[in-house]
Amino acid sequence: MKRHFEQELESLKTTLIKMASVAEEAVRLSIKACLEHDLELAKRVIDNEDRMNVMEIEIDNAIIDLLALQQPVAIDLRLILAAQKINNDLERIGDHAVNIAESAMMFAERKESAPLLEIPRMSEIAELMLRDAIDSFIHQDPELSTEVLQKDDMIDQMNVRLVQEVVQKMKTDMKSVDWGIDIIRVSRNLERIADLATNIAEEVIFVLQARVVKHQADIKRTEHGGVSQGLP
Amino acid sequence: MENAQAVEVPTISLEHSRMPLEREPLISSSKIITDKVSAYFGKTRALRDVSVEIASNKVTAIIGPSGCGKTTFLRCLNRMHEVVGGTVEGTIQLDNENIFEYDPVALRKRVGMVFQKPNPFPTMSIFDNVAAGLRLNGIRNKKRIQETVERCLRQAALWDEVKDSLGKSGVSISGGQQQRLCIARTLAVDPEVILMDEPASALDPISTAKIEELIIELKQNYTVVIVTHNMQQAARVSDFTSFFYLGELIEHDVTKRIFTSPAKKQTEDYITGRFG
Repeated sequence: MKRHFEQELESLKTTLIKMASVAEEAVRLSIKACLEHDLELAKRVIDNEDRMNVMEIEIDNAIIDLLALQQPVAIDLRLILAAQKINNDLERIGDHAVNIAESAMMFAERKESAPLLEIPRMSEIAELMLRDAIDSFIHQDPELSTEVLQKDDMIDQMNVRLVQEVVQKMKTDMKSVDWGIDIIRVSRNLERIADLATNIAEEVIFVLQARVVKHQADIKRTEHGGVSQGLP
Repeated sequence: MENAQAVEVPTISLEHSRMPLEREPLISSSKIITDKVSAYFGKTRALRDVSVEIASNKVTAIIGPSGCGKTTFLRCLNRMHEVVGGTVEGTIQLDNENIFEYDPVALRKRVGMVFQKPNPFPTMSIFDNVAAGLRLNGIRNKKRIQETVERCLRQAALWDEVKDSLGKSGVSISGGQQQRLCIARTLAVDPEVILMDEPASALDPISTAKIEELIIELKQNYTVVIVTHNMQQAARVSDFTSFFYLGELIEHDVTKRIFTSPAKKQTEDYITGRFG
């Protein structure tokens, strides 16, 4: 029979995974709305934001109770600390999905078929990173987490290239400014979603391997022949 | 929004892979070094090949389930295990001296002990309890005895509470005060190491907090080894933690690391309450 504390931990994980699936779905739908200029879909994403906010508070409260009442240690402590950060990351991802949905509404309302440049490819990568980060948490797979970390630079570079391209276009064609602002906004939000997916992957590594890989310090050291970094 | 997909939630598995952690040198200087120490009660082996270095002027906590050998190990360190009829194999060095070549009585002056249950001498006053060790060592100088008693009661954070009742019986004060009196009594013979066997397990939370504060203070001048069943206590007061199981030392490391990322699964299972 599982102890009460273990049941509470399972419950925390379950709620967090539910929230992750809601965040993942919000991102998927906001991107779909953006690519297909689907006004209704974009509105649904915006209307669902409150659901994530409620879940975030529910998870926060569960974490406070566990810390105050159970004094967790070792892997339990790492899991709870990571859950707190992942919870915050997921809520932010929901906010970015809403931002993308708002731009999708602008695209839909303008009824224009202006080019989306690298947005479809960036969306694919951001969605994949988020899915893999969540899966690595569910299946406790640090190798999958590492794959997420390795994709982060790619989407950062795509964002920089896209912004440069759009700025050039806006300089030469004033009519493209409205379009350009929304494209940059979508690109920037995709890049942030990828960053937050990376954060989640880093937290998964922290839980499973007790390694702090934030800011890529650990990976860079290993690449340069050093040893991996333990806890501070 | 479309409904979120149902997600199958796996149970938390501890069978995760571990990356080797970079570990800083554990100890700047060792007060006690044990090498392959085994302890027996008759033919029953209570400790098996315990090799560990106890850091000087630090608090080392010994944790583990009942019967794991914690107290037996502690008693080996001042040869009390032999007093209760046990035998010991292996070597234990105190400042590079083999304690088994040392006079046990002289050793116990250097390595004092505080027990689980406060045990002041019941027929003696508070003052005499602390002075007892000095008098047994032939010290008769009243001024010196008075100064030592006051210093030790202050070090044990008891002076302010008993300074006006030093003539009262040592058992007339509260359990928490009695335990601090026993610590003062131990300090009076000027030990280098203080062994504590669950010193707060019989005390209320306030007395426990006082003993814990005292332990942290004591390490400035003494090396402290504490056996405790209370893992939060080990985490709060100790610099190093040793986890014992079935008579073996499973893991010895910096306390912070033991309680955040222990290297051994058995340690993790124990401190997270999954067994023991």
